[in-house]
Amino acid sequence: MQDGKSSLLETAFKKRYKNKMHWTDYFSYFYLLLGVFLMFGPVVWLGLSSVKTQAGIQEYPPTILPLAQKEIQIEGYEKPLLLYNVTLEDGSVKELAEIKRVGITSKMLDPKNPETKYKIPIDRREKIREFNVQWRNYVDPLQKYNFILYFKNSIFVTLVATIITLIINSMAAYALSIYEFRGKTFALVFVIGTLLIPLTIILVPVFYVVSNFGMVNSLWGVILPGAATPTGVFLLRQYMLTLPRELIEAARMDHASEWAIYWRVVLPLSIPAIAVLAIFSIMWRWNDFLWPLIVLGKSEVYTLQIALNAFHGELTSQWNYVLAMTMVTLLPIALIFTYLQKFITTGIASTGMK
Amino acid sequence: MSKKNKKTKNFFLSILNVPFALLMNVIDLIMWPIQKIIGVRRMPYIFLLPNLIFFGLFVIIPLGVNLLFSITGGTELYISNREFSGARHYQTLFDCQNYLNPNSCNEDYFWRGVFNTIFFVVFQVGLMIFFSLLTAVILNKNIIGRGFFRSVFFFPVLLSPVVVGLIWKWILLKNGILNSVIESNGGSPMSFLTEPGWAMTSSIFVSIWAHMGFYTLIVLAGLQAIPPDLYEAAEMDGTSRERIFFRITLPLLMPNLLVVFILASIKGVQTFDEIYVLTGGGPGTSTSLIVQYIYTTGFAAAGQVQNFGLAAAASMILGAVLLVLTLIQLYLGRDKETKKQEI
Repeated sequence: MQDGKSSLLETAFKKRYKNKMHWTDYFSYFYLLLGVFLMFGPVVWLGLSSVKTQAGIQEYPPTILPLAQKEIQIEGYEKPLLLYNVTLEDGSVKELAEIKRVGITSKMLDPKNPETKYKIPIDRREKIREFNVQWRNYVDPLQKYNFILYFKNSIFVTLVATIITLIINSMAAYALSIYEFRGKTFALVFVIGTLLIPLTIILVPVFYVVSNFGMVNSLWGVILPGAATPTGVFLLRQYMLTLPRELIEAARMDHASEWAIYWRVVLPLSIPAIAVLAIFSIMWRWNDFLWPLIVLGKSEVYTLQIALNAFHGELTSQWNYVLAMTMVTLLPIALIFTYLQKFITTGIASTGMK
Repeated sequence: MSKKNKKTKNFFLSILNVPFALLMNVIDLIMWPIQKIIGVRRMPYIFLLPNLIFFGLFVIIPLGVNLLFSITGGTELYISNREFSGARHYQTLFDCQNYLNPNSCNEDYFWRGVFNTIFFVVFQVGLMIFFSLLTAVILNKNIIGRGFFRSVFFFPVLLSPVVVGLIWKWILLKNGILNSVIESNGGSPMSFLTEPGWAMTSSIFVSIWAHMGFYTLIVLAGLQAIPPDLYEAAEMDGTSRERIFFRITLPLLMPNLLVVFILASIKGVQTFDEIYVLTGGGPGTSTSLIVQYIYTTGFAAAGQVQNFGLAAAASMILGAVLLVLTLIQLYLGRDKETKKQEI
């Protein structure tokens, strides 16, 4: 089996590199492998760390796999005792459990024979580790620290905002692509103009508008300000311009209302462009940070990103929870990516937006 | 098998379609009489209206309000309660004995933000162009597993800034894995996040890590647009690969690299979130950038009164910088389109 594989790889190489491999080829593969390590490594490390026990996470130097020290429950002791491999004076190795540590010596007992006690210098023992996946890191914060609520908030914001964005942007794109009307150029310039004004330079006044509507500390205050996107309008308009006009004329002949032409004819034909915008919108909204940070001041309305940031500020020592919740925040986007990866990359390459 | 899949897919799509069609039909009940009254020729205004209302409320009006905020003082959020203060906020921001030394300024935090941002953008954008070019050129080669490698480099683009910040904070911590690797190789542990120089270096690195995939894609699109016959001709002439790169690839790629330069600068100047999570702008103010100044002054100054006026004035200055950059971008984009038409 293995031989077959390697010869397959070899033929693949031979086919590609009929001539000798150039130094740039060697460098390319080296660079790519380094890239895989640098790009995936951190996320893999996050995943592995997120299932470690609290003790395992504080350990230094850290172990790669989620290992935890083996424990044993012995009658007469409240807490489970930690197990060690101890080299005894006569050179033999024995499995002992620690009762209490005093300075550099440790009081230990033999689990098989709990009556015999030992006094062992701590440099003569080694921890016994076992594979231990701590799913509680995920369950605890979801239950105790309301992360289910934050998750729901994030989903609500993402879905509602995306639906609003798709509807109003496609309406505007429809008007700007299908019709000729007075003020069209003005409207186009107006939309381009909004491209020049990113949210970061109007934080204070948008907050003023939002608070005038009473939407501070409400999810609507996060959803509405970013609902109309110039990039979205342009993406959809560019696509709708390519649709054949005869279809629209034919629908008009059949006495379809303009609204019916919009949603029965133009929208279904624009599905590819709408799907690209939908994916982008989902990504923008799920990952949004600065604006929710300003609008959402109460913990009941936190989105996942804001909650994660606040949670991390409060519980700097409880990295096991923080890392597990980071995984929860990352997973939906990672799943979308694995399914729609080609779609996303071609979308970005053809529109130049992120 | 695939037929069955398609069937279930269609089934789900048609279920999704029901509320959509219902909603659209209800709207049609309103739109039909409107169309009867104003006529078909005025219908586009109705279609444009919702989007323009949103733009007006959340972009155009705020732009004017921003100016009002920047020339009024006080701690009130409501404009009518604020008193006129003229250019005082701008004077405060520009009140410096020596513009090259933030310590001599009245608002030293602002100027530190400005200098940090300049430093950050110069290095981030420079390295970003270098690495996205290198990565794109390699990914464009006829390598094994090209699709896989492309998605690997693109993957971090999708991660949220909070996730990026936390992942790297976890790695770069004093007793994080990186220091443990350094120590096991005989080095001494370093303060990647708590020593000013290192904190800036880490911030630049993390920011490049997170956004490089996006710019790589843009360069890659440019590479694929280079006609292959140019390469074939060069190969026939026995041109060396190095020469091909510097004489064909690089010159033809210049427009794309310019786009990358401008886009990365626009984004770089506005950097806030991943660094806010990674270092919190610290230690001290060594990694706090200009958007963080605006955020802290306007919304989150601990123990201080929120100073909307000062934050608005600083936003106006940032806005002026971004306006110049974006106009260059639009100019470049227009240039490209006219060229296409000429061809």
